[in-house]
Amino acid sequence: MNKTDVIIIGAGPVGLFAVHQLGIKGLKAVVIDNLDKAGGQCIELYPDKPIYDIPAIPECTGKELTNRLLEQIKPFKTKFYLNERVEEVKSKDDNWIVKTSNKNEFIAPNIIIAGGVGSFEPRKLSTQNTEKFEGKSIFYSVKSKEEFKNKNICVFGGGDSALDWTLELSKYSKITLIHRRDNFRGAPHTLNEIKKLQKDGKISIKTPFQLDRIEGDKKITAIIIKDDNGKKEKIPADIVLSFFGLVMKLGPIAEWGLNMDKKTITVNPNNFETNKKGIFAAGDICSYPGKLKLILSGFHEVALASVECFKRARPNEKYRFEFTTSSKTIQDRLGKK
Amino acid sequence: MPKITYKDVRGNSKTIEVDNGLTVMEGAIQNDVSGIDADCGGSMACATCHVYVEEKWLDKIPKAEEGEIDMVDMAFEPKKNSRLSCQIIVTDELNGLIVTTPEKQS
Repeated sequence: MNKTDVIIIGAGPVGLFAVHQLGIKGLKAVVIDNLDKAGGQCIELYPDKPIYDIPAIPECTGKELTNRLLEQIKPFKTKFYLNERVEEVKSKDDNWIVKTSNKNEFIAPNIIIAGGVGSFEPRKLSTQNTEKFEGKSIFYSVKSKEEFKNKNICVFGGGDSALDWTLELSKYSKITLIHRRDNFRGAPHTLNEIKKLQKDGKISIKTPFQLDRIEGDKKITAIIIKDDNGKKEKIPADIVLSFFGLVMKLGPIAEWGLNMDKKTITVNPNNFETNKKGIFAAGDICSYPGKLKLILSGFHEVALASVECFKRARPNEKYRFEFTTSSKTIQDRLGKK
Repeated sequence: MPKITYKDVRGNSKTIEVDNGLTVMEGAIQNDVSGIDADCGGSMACATCHVYVEEKWLDKIPKAEEGEIDMVDMAFEPKKNSRLSCQIIVTDELNGLIVTTPEKQS
């Protein structure tokens, strides 16, 4: 079991800045996120879109903001647990124990939930029967290419993931790429390669088609696709690969006994504590009168929460408010000499 | 104030007066219309405010920009009349607009 001062759930901008606010107060934290990288919505939904309302930064993209925050918290050498979802939270004396989907366990007096709208998960196919084939014939990502060799593979989607995997897997399998409209969204170079493969008869492209039905008992044998006018076509298939982006699911957070308002956690706006002592919520996932879902609001929220975290983690020490410009202690913690 | 009608696939319907300048998504969220999630808060990044626009209104709404069309690809069961409701801005011309929410958003 890993012992720390604060367990931060969510590696979005607010979770990252929480590391900073805790770090300058001398508190250690770990960060857990279901994505494979830090940045949350900023990195997953709009890495290249400009943001104009970060104080003193007239313009920066989601990716730039993430990188700057990571740079800012470098001195604290925080450990990140990525590709992991927090499954369970339970209390033990004055501490909280957190268990993740990767069977990691943490204990700390404080938890900061900076989980945005929930954890990112692949958007699943909605056709009947898809669940029983999931992980056997239906996949939402490619973990090992071995499973995808010498097969009939139907790839759904019109974006980068669908195109890139079509190119890669066409080297060893028969690929049918299916998309609901004629246009694909991808890098020009990728689109050219796709066109070339189609021209050479190496891959088959079906547009504008969507999945109608799946045939097969234990394994998929064929799929039926249909167009907007109801015209159907049957394609032999062993594997369906679906790339319709990610959705955000609140997941187990709803079961931790926290007071909720729709999909948000209600907090005390003095310290952003939830109804459970030592569990805080900040950023898009928290709600209180006048709440604005802005990154800058989240920064403020974790700054205040970090003070309460200090009091719980260091009950025998007195909290002293300090400025980074003048505090020798903070400057030491930041590695400034 | 323009009236917007939100229907769902089960035939339930709710008509709401929405201020000019708000989006059809905001009209739904502010008035607790179920069936629209709007996870990303209107930044055209999640496709969970997807609606089907009644055919006769399609031409009256400014055409979808490329980013919206790309996002609709990700939506649950998109059709020709699919739009993201966060990109439909309410004006007097849209008084009487009818949109239907899909069976689910994700």
